[in-house]
Amino acid sequence: MDVALETRNLGKRFGGLVATNGVSFKLERGARHALIGPNGAGKTTFVNLLTGVLAPSAGRVLLEDEDITGLRPETRVRRGLVRTFQINQLFADLTPLETLALAAGERLGYGGRWWPPVGGRTVAREIEHVATRFGLGDVLDRRTDTLPYGKQRLLEIAVAFACAPRVLLLDEPAAGVPAAERQDILDAIAALPADVSVLLIEHDMDLVFSFAQRISVLVDGALLVEGTPAEIEADPRVRAVYLGEAGHG
Amino acid sequence: MSVTASFSRRARWRLPEIVFWLLAFAALLLPPGKHLLLNEIAILALFALSLDLILGYAGIISLGHAAFFGTGAYAAGLFCKLVTPDPHTGLAVAIVVAAALGAATSLLVLRGSDLTRLMVTLAVALVLHEVANALPLWTGGADGLQGMTVGPLLGHFDFDLYGRTAYAYSLVTLFVLFLLARRIVHSPFGLSLMAIRRNPLRASALGVPNRSRLIAVYTLSAAYAGAAGALLAQTTAYVSLEVLDFQRSADVLLALIIGGTGWLYGGLAGAIAFKVLQDVLSASAPQFWMFWMGLFLVVLALVGRERLGQGVRGLLAKVMP
Amino acid sequence: MATILFDGVAYGMLMFILACGLAVTLGLMNFVNLAHGAFAMAGGYVTVTLMDRWGVPFLACLPAAFVASAALGLVLERTLYRHLYGRDHLEQVLFSIGLVFIAVATTDYFMGSSQRNITLPSWLQGRREILGVSVGLYRSFLIVVCGALALGLQLGLTRTRFGSRLRAAVDDARVARGLGIPVGLVFAATFAVGSGLAGLGGALGVELLGLDPYFPMKFLIYFLIVVAVGGTSGIMGPFLAALLLGIADVAGKYYLSSALGGFVIYLVLIVVLVLRPHGLFARAR
Repeated sequence: MDVALETRNLGKRFGGLVATNGVSFKLERGARHALIGPNGAGKTTFVNLLTGVLAPSAGRVLLEDEDITGLRPETRVRRGLVRTFQINQLFADLTPLETLALAAGERLGYGGRWWPPVGGRTVAREIEHVATRFGLGDVLDRRTDTLPYGKQRLLEIAVAFACAPRVLLLDEPAAGVPAAERQDILDAIAALPADVSVLLIEHDMDLVFSFAQRISVLVDGALLVEGTPAEIEADPRVRAVYLGEAGHG
Repeated sequence: MSVTASFSRRARWRLPEIVFWLLAFAALLLPPGKHLLLNEIAILALFALSLDLILGYAGIISLGHAAFFGTGAYAAGLFCKLVTPDPHTGLAVAIVVAAALGAATSLLVLRGSDLTRLMVTLAVALVLHEVANALPLWTGGADGLQGMTVGPLLGHFDFDLYGRTAYAYSLVTLFVLFLLARRIVHSPFGLSLMAIRRNPLRASALGVPNRSRLIAVYTLSAAYAGAAGALLAQTTAYVSLEVLDFQRSADVLLALIIGGTGWLYGGLAGAIAFKVLQDVLSASAPQFWMFWMGLFLVVLALVGRERLGQGVRGLLAKVMP
Repeated sequence: MATILFDGVAYGMLMFILACGLAVTLGLMNFVNLAHGAFAMAGGYVTVTLMDRWGVPFLACLPAAFVASAALGLVLERTLYRHLYGRDHLEQVLFSIGLVFIAVATTDYFMGSSQRNITLPSWLQGRREILGVSVGLYRSFLIVVCGALALGLQLGLTRTRFGSRLRAAVDDARVARGLGIPVGLVFAATFAVGSGLAGLGGALGVELLGLDPYFPMKFLIYFLIVVAVGGTSGIMGPFLAALLLGIADVAGKYYLSSALGGFVIYLVLIVVLVLRPHGLFARAR
């Protein structure tokens, strides 16, 4: 079996608090996998451990069978482990053009150059390609914080895409988006290339069940169960966890 | 609209910029009398530009930027006395020495919060101040480094009493280094700095290696400050301990704040305003100057730099990038 | 040797009184107040003026210095400082440097730029042999007064209702407000006491440190060292840091040259900041 991303016994404690507890998890190549769990289940910590923002107290992280546990966040990005952010963390006063140029430039190895202006021919072509794909072509020159929220969320995914991900972590990509713009985002996610392995971290059960082929449930920092959507839906333990969690299903 | 066109518009020269530099060079033709002040302005402008590179573009607060200014000044002074009076080589040497110090101390400012950065930069400048004070054989101690005889510019133009050669020298140096800085902030490197300042975590999530970029820009900024210090040493043929004073670090911060951070011309505009005001206000009594500066800062902070800056910059941004 | 140690302890205790207010504002309230030394200077000038112009005895000047600086601190906190809590550090830096400039300029204008001195009462002058060690009487006085104050502060912070309110307000202002603690008043009172202590320190320090309008800038780094090395998890850390600083400074200037002594201290500061950003005596967070 071809594994894109794997954790072995991953753990993280903050003082006495155990935020992640011995998580062994596998994301298969080309997977459409969702990670769900109630509030405070440790999803954010788990993502931070995967991307290298936090150092684990125990366990390993492997990207395509290579140990990346000790690597810095930016090195992981260059190796193809890329994430999107849940709440809006785009550079508000830069334009989408600049943000995309930053991501594409770093990936193509131009990021540290002092002399040439931003946006050589290769970068420009790359941006045109990404902007077309995500429908951002007409807003590239506007300040990011003046864009409609749906466009901002699309830019979030587009920027991650410009980093050429092999594994993409989508953290609540559609949260807060008005219903009218929501379909654009769902389409963009559905249209991600098949060879990109996607892990969706999500609250919205409609989105999870329409997207994922497999689902893992995180509770109190540990993996409770993993299975197909049908199995998860039928699982009494999952129902018990979500019982009383209003709204999200 | 094509992506390439958008990119080339980003770094295009605008008319007011060209006018600004034409005026600066035209000031060379003024009758003697103001060139000493203009020289001081050019030097402070370069120093403020160097601070803007780390504060405005990379978000590093420094309370000890005089460390590099002073290092450049002493390096140029000693080089002139001990090796050769040629100003150009001296300037280059000062730049290299200051950059080396910047690279070495950059490791100290990478760690920690604003607060630790404030204190580390302040302490580095104080250490150098003590070192310079403790080595009177080299630096002249409290009496200052005297007896420099700076050679003619390009082997031809002597430094005169009225400061016209000095101003020309400082202005050309400022202009060349400004062009380089302008090039750099519009480069991919500059873009990555802007991203780091806004959100370091986010920048690294896009693959930006924050550490190496910050080390690079800190070193560059130190080199610029060193150049400014060297200009002061060479055009006044004197280096005193004051080049390393806290006051100098504070002054350059103020000049930059007056002009606004993060747009290259902020340091230049701030230096002009700072020096002209200082010239006018301290004519009556030096305390007045300090008092008004203090009051300005307090009001600025209370109103909020952003809010005040937006008003002024909104106007300026229309004419300058 | 013992004399140097003794002088160092006295100097360190004085530094603690001068800097402990900053340990609270900078450390606990996370406010970069570079103008802390201005309150100390105010206390110093109050003392000098009272003694020179009205012949007030030294001991009576000390509480006056405390009250004057505390009042000044209270007024400035209520009118200016409180608007800057929670702002970015650069703005706090600019604001407090601005205050320093105003303080220096105003003092220079009204009091003159020359170094000021006081004449201590005769019972505080001179030295005595105690257990074979020659100790200065004024320095013994400093140790007793500052030691008592430090002890009082420690008890005040840990044992009183005000202390627990302050710690709650600092830990999480929102929660504290929810518990009915008047956070604004607690901060104001704390700021006033910190300023008052600085003023008292300034009065006590005229003899040792001298006094001129540039006092707030000259000693800024010392205050910062006390806080940086001491950490912010209480006042015991800053207290120990101040003692270390005092001893190192006195010994450094005695055994090395006076310039190299300063050099050693700043170097230590840098090393501590780099290796232990939360301070030498800070508890792990």
